[in-house]
Order: sequence, then C-alpha cells, then structure tokens
Amino acid sequence: MADRKKVIEIIRAIGVRMEECKDELTQLDQPIGDSDHGINMARGFHAVNQKLEQLADQDIGAMIKSVGMTLVSTVGGASGPLYGSAYMKAGMTLAGKTEMNQADFLEMMRAATEAVMQRGKAVAGEATMLDAMLPALKAMEAAAAAGKTTKEMLADGVTAAWAGTEHTKDLIATKGRASYVGERGLGHQDPGATSFSYMLAVIAEAYC
Amino acid sequence: MVGIVIVSHSENLAKSVIELTSMMAGEARIAPAGGLEDGSFGTSFEKIQTAIESVYSDDGVLILMDMGSAVMTTEMVLEMMDKEKVAMVDCPLVEGAVVATIAAVGGQDFETIRRELAGVGTSKKIY
Repeated sequence: MADRKKVIEIIRAIGVRMEECKDELTQLDQPIGDSDHGINMARGFHAVNQKLEQLADQDIGAMIKSVGMTLVSTVGGASGPLYGSAYMKAGMTLAGKTEMNQADFLEMMRAATEAVMQRGKAVAGEATMLDAMLPALKAMEAAAAAGKTTKEMLADGVTAAWAGTEHTKDLIATKGRASYVGERGLGHQDPGATSFSYMLAVIAEAYC
Repeated sequence: MVGIVIVSHSENLAKSVIELTSMMAGEARIAPAGGLEDGSFGTSFEKIQTAIESVYSDDGVLILMDMGSAVMTTEMVLEMMDKEKVAMVDCPLVEGAVVATIAAVGGQDFETIRRELAGVGTSKKIY
C-alpha cells in the first residue's frame, strides 16, 4: 500500500500544498485568530522537508514521529503542539514498520485524532480542526468496515473532512484564540479544519 | 532559589514582564521565552527549553504562560524534559510574575510559591 518512499513523497506533497494554500489559511485566520496559520504551517513543513532526506532509511513510524518533532519546534502557533502531537502519536503506532496497510492507516488516524483531543483539551463541535478530523475518521472507519478499498476509504474521508470544515462556519469557538471572538466568529471557516482537510486530500491523491 | 520562566507570544512582553518584576525582586532567577527565534509572534519549543534550563536548580522552576499555544508548547517541553520540580502555573501573567519573584527571592519553596500563585487570579484590583 504505502512504503517508505511513498510516505516521504506524501510528506513532501503536504509541504507543497501548505505552501500553496498559505495565503488562504492565513486569511481564514485573520478575522478569528492571529493571522498566522498559513505562515506557521508553511514554515513547519518547510523545516520538515529539509530533514526528509535524512529520514529515508528509517522505518515509517520513526519518519512520521520525526515530522511531529520538527513541527513542534518550528510551527510557532497552536498548530505546532497540535499537529506535532498528532504526528508523534501517529508515528508511534507504526513503529518498526516499513509498509503500511489500510488497518495501519486507520490506527494511525485514530491515534492522531486522540492526540489532538488530548493536547487541545477539545471535543467535537468547538470549531477546531477536530471538526474535520472526527468526521473524516468516522467516515473512513465506516468505509473500511464496508469493505471499500483504501482509495475509496480515503475519498470518503476527504469528503467528510471538507463537510466538517464547512460546518465550522456554524459553530461558536470555545477553544483557542477564536474563543475570544465568540459569536462574531460565526460564518467563518476554521483554519485548522481547513489545513487538515488539505492534508488528507494530499494523502488521498498520492495513496493507492 | 526557585526559578521562574515567562512564556509569551511576544518577545517584548516576556522581557517587559521581567523588567517589571525587577522593581521588587531584582535578584530573582527569572528567564524570558517570548516569541519565535526570529523575533516574530509565536511560542518556541527551544526558547522555552533553554529558558527553563537557564534558571533550573534543585529548588525547581515554575512557568507562567500568556495563552493558547504558550500553554500547549510548554506542556510538550515538560513532557520531553526529564526534570523534577518543573511545573506550569495557571495565573495572570503580570501579577503572577510579581508574586512569584518576590516569594522566590524571599526563599519560599516550590510548593509554597505554587500554592500562592493559584490564588493570584482571584485577588481583586478594584475594591
């Protein structure tokens, strides 16, 4: 399904996408946050990309964990510890593996989502990245249970992630910087949910 | 003496909080961890780590944060750091820093200062 080479290719592609949507993410962060989400994510993945070559001979778990460590130390905003914890916990589920299959991917996603919940002390419905992650995970679990292929499962996950992201417009943020904006945040799409959806979309495009 | 670390999204704010504490507790072991490496807004894992190490002793270190990622990033530093008596305190940044440094210079121990800081958020400014 995905070997080490593929994982590196996907991580690199996530970096490219973060650079491409940098301005969009930053603009989304302007009315409800501190206008840095795009800049932070692009900076984090730029640092990740510079280390990718050194990771080539490590197992997938170590690679993904290392992505998390780099994000924690370079992103600079709340998405640093959040995505950092997500990738670190995700990596732990893949320790020692040089290939990942559908079940591995789901287990990794579950660990990543739990890591974000734990680090952010957040749940569904608070207008955060979890409002994309949780529906995506649920859709992918359902797809796998229904016997769909990994490609179909990822496509379902991406659809659910974007629907969840869209839904953050109707939610009042109670966590993070947006909670200071309160009801005035209604109508605004969450930047973290958006960046997660882009990330999953990149994985779906590359994974087969 | 218990060490104090000020974590803020702003490099200037972290430094200024320390400047303010020096009015009453100039000898305090206190270090700033404000902003990112290039001086822009944000919280830096490495700056926080370095600041903690710079004021660390067996007496311990208490950390005061401004908000959001300052809390989460500090939490991660603590999880990865293998040190005893290093903890975050949930209190207003400026008042907490003043109370903490006076108490530390006065020779109070880690747990006592920690307890004292927990009450800072409930003290009144306007009577």
